[in-house]
Amino acid sequence: MDVVNQLQRQFIDYSASLHREGFLDDQFTQLQKLQDDNSPDFVVEVASLFFEDCEKLINNMARALEQQQGVDFKQVDASVHQLKGSSSSIGAMRVKDVCIAFRSFCEAQNREGCLRCLQQVTHEYSLLKNKLQTLFRLQQQILAAGGSIPVVE
Amino acid sequence: MESCNCIEPQWPPDDLLMKYQYISDFFIALAYFSIPLELIYFVKKSAVFPYRWVLVQFGAFIVLCGATHLINLWTFTVHSRTVASVMTTAKVLTAAVSCITALMLVHIIPDLLSVKTRELFLKNKAAELDREMGLIRTQEETGRHVRMLTHEIRSTLDRHTILKTTLVELGRTLALEECALWMPTRTGLELQLSYTLRQQNPVGYTVPIHHPVINQVFSSNRAVKISPNCPVARLRPARKYMPGEVVAVRVPLLHLSNFHINDWPELSTKRYALMVLMLPSDSARQWHVHELELVEVVADQVAVALSHAAILEESMRARDLLMEQNVALDLARREAETAIRARNDFLAVMNHEMRTPMHAIIALSSLLQETELTPEQRLMVETILKSSNLLATLINDVLDLSRLEDGSLQLDLGTFNLYAVFREVLNLIKPIASVKKLHVSLNLAPDLPEYAVGDEKRLMQTILNIVGNAVKFSKEGSISIRAFVAKLDTLRDSKAPEFLPVLSDNHFYLRVQVKDSGSGINPLDIPKLFTKFAQNQSTGTRNSGGSGLGLAICKRFVNLMEGHIWIESEGLGKGCTAILIVKLGIPERVNESKLPYMPKMPANHGQTAFPGLKVLVMDENGVSRMVTKGLLLHLGCNVTMVGSSDECLRLVSHEHKVVFMDICVPGIDSYGITIRIHEKFTKRHERPLLVALTGNTDKVTKENCMRAGMDGLILKPVSLDKMRSVLTDLLEHRVFFEAI
Repeated sequence: MDVVNQLQRQFIDYSASLHREGFLDDQFTQLQKLQDDNSPDFVVEVASLFFEDCEKLINNMARALEQQQGVDFKQVDASVHQLKGSSSSIGAMRVKDVCIAFRSFCEAQNREGCLRCLQQVTHEYSLLKNKLQTLFRLQQQILAAGGSIPVVE
Repeated sequence: MESCNCIEPQWPPDDLLMKYQYISDFFIALAYFSIPLELIYFVKKSAVFPYRWVLVQFGAFIVLCGATHLINLWTFTVHSRTVASVMTTAKVLTAAVSCITALMLVHIIPDLLSVKTRELFLKNKAAELDREMGLIRTQEETGRHVRMLTHEIRSTLDRHTILKTTLVELGRTLALEECALWMPTRTGLELQLSYTLRQQNPVGYTVPIHHPVINQVFSSNRAVKISPNCPVARLRPARKYMPGEVVAVRVPLLHLSNFHINDWPELSTKRYALMVLMLPSDSARQWHVHELELVEVVADQVAVALSHAAILEESMRARDLLMEQNVALDLARREAETAIRARNDFLAVMNHEMRTPMHAIIALSSLLQETELTPEQRLMVETILKSSNLLATLINDVLDLSRLEDGSLQLDLGTFNLYAVFREVLNLIKPIASVKKLHVSLNLAPDLPEYAVGDEKRLMQTILNIVGNAVKFSKEGSISIRAFVAKLDTLRDSKAPEFLPVLSDNHFYLRVQVKDSGSGINPLDIPKLFTKFAQNQSTGTRNSGGSGLGLAICKRFVNLMEGHIWIESEGLGKGCTAILIVKLGIPERVNESKLPYMPKMPANHGQTAFPGLKVLVMDENGVSRMVTKGLLLHLGCNVTMVGSSDECLRLVSHEHKVVFMDICVPGIDSYGITIRIHEKFTKRHERPLLVALTGNTDKVTKENCMRAGMDGLILKPVSLDKMRSVLTDLLEHRVFFEAI
């Protein structure tokens, strides 16, 4: 049982740190609440979907912004919008904040700004992905050890 | 010859004597016969003569005497016996008649004499009547003059004209040489010559008022003859001949204050003017009584006319003043109305304009508080929050107060739990009280009903204000709150005369007493407490931060609740007691259904809140679609997911109760879909509820949704609890628009 407790404590601390550092916000907690016996892997599924979405969108944006002649800001904006929606649905706060800034650059049709934001988004996304993967690994470890996932308020 | 007794021959020797006797007798007889003839002639001529018998007697007497003398003619010579007997008879008769006549005359002569006296008497009488007739005529003449004068005087209300006319008319009527009016000066110590008949613009002669002659005139209401050498009479340069007689009369100058209803003006405190009238110098005329009377009457009339003129002047002046004041008042009223309107407009604008930024400041500050902050930053944010809360309260108070004053505020009556109100107040006040180490105790009477009908929010606000004041002004000690139902006798002892409590069956009076052991209030300051903005400087409460409005608002609320509020204190340092009485209704039945809806946490916290509810979720964004699905699945709904509008239209059916649509995604015309769904399901009970999910927090989106025909709008991100309550509300009311 010590192992489980230890793991659980680790999990809690890690969760808390993620929240504190702004990687995740309340929405993520809500998602965790939705996880129950009917859908035990709900959060993981949502997260995977998110990662797929993110990569696709980032690639889209990169391609659009690489165009030397006539960047289609509308398209970029659409992608950013999608990304913003997704990130807010999952509770990825930092990604969402970057998206907000990204959108204003799109409206201003500022290519440099957009590129910078894109870089930032990519960076944040990678960070988040790593963190979440660590979190999920911890979860699996707890479950494997026979414990239950503690609910983080 | 010797004399013998025989009858002598006819022609005696004494012829001459005889002859004369003979002739005299003849003439006597003649006269005697003619006198009755004359008498008869004249009696016949005269109409009235009462003594006919006397005349007849007299006539007979004279005739007989004549006859005697006539017969005597024959007795000079020898005459026969017949002549002698005739003579004798005649004499006898004559004697008889004359005796009778003599006797009769005794009676008659006094009568005749008295006729004469009567005639004399009548003559005197006639003379007297003549005299009186003359007098009456003069009087009537005088009266006519007076009437005419009065008419002239009273035909004008101008003071100057009155006086001038008086003098002119008097002069004319009485044929005066000079007529003058002396008026008293302002100081009352001198008489000044104001008007004269002959001289134009008399230069101001003055005469001191305490002259014996003047005093004499003033002391009587008759016209008094004065000496022409008197200073008031010396109006002309001295003449050589005799000046005419002078008469002076007083003219009372009546004031408004003299006209008391039951108290005709006394003579003591009056001002008089003096009218002096001079007869022509060399006419040797005298003042007749009727002329003096005329003068007196005129003087009285003049007095009355003058006072009328004075009253009129006064009333004209008053009326002008009143008109001016009216105009000024009207202007002031219009200005006040303008000011009120301006204020109302201002308030109406400021109401919204002030609250919006305040709301933003408070909301964002509280959000800021939730984020990661350094301690200094946290302190700063807390200060900002506290200050803006204070400001918001102040704004609300001011706006409330102005609405209260307009009378536009109305109580929100409802049934509420009275005990809960007090507990809430206690809870709110406990933290502050414990910081100040004050002990707060609440004592609710057992007969206090648990539920009451009234304005809960405002009652709590009032009680909180009072208790808050008690805490604020106490540095140490304890606060005790007592609440009970007020009985009639306790109601009456309140110090407000206009507070008339009426007991009725479905109301009761709640009495709340808050006693503190704080700094107390000077009893003299107590009335000022409830006036707005009046701060009490002396008790050093400047740091307490009160705006001065709290108690004023409380008082108005209490008045609206038909109650009374007052504060008692024995003085500084002795604490004070605030007493509040309000009228609350008694709810008819404490029915569970009438209680305000307490949103119960659903007993089944979790899964099957909405078992089998068929919903359709349309969202292009995979992640958010999945999240929403997860939410709804967690709540037990049967979820169908679609990713495009066509799919949505294809799959939507009357089995779906709710359709959630994400509308901020470009490429999906959510409004179009709404309209198409409306067309598809014509019957309202078949159509699913259309709810928009959006991250857009602006009014335009909301308005567009409403116009398009959507039944609801929810802002993303949606938490579990939010989704639960939204669905509950939606299914109950069939509409839910989140407040943006």
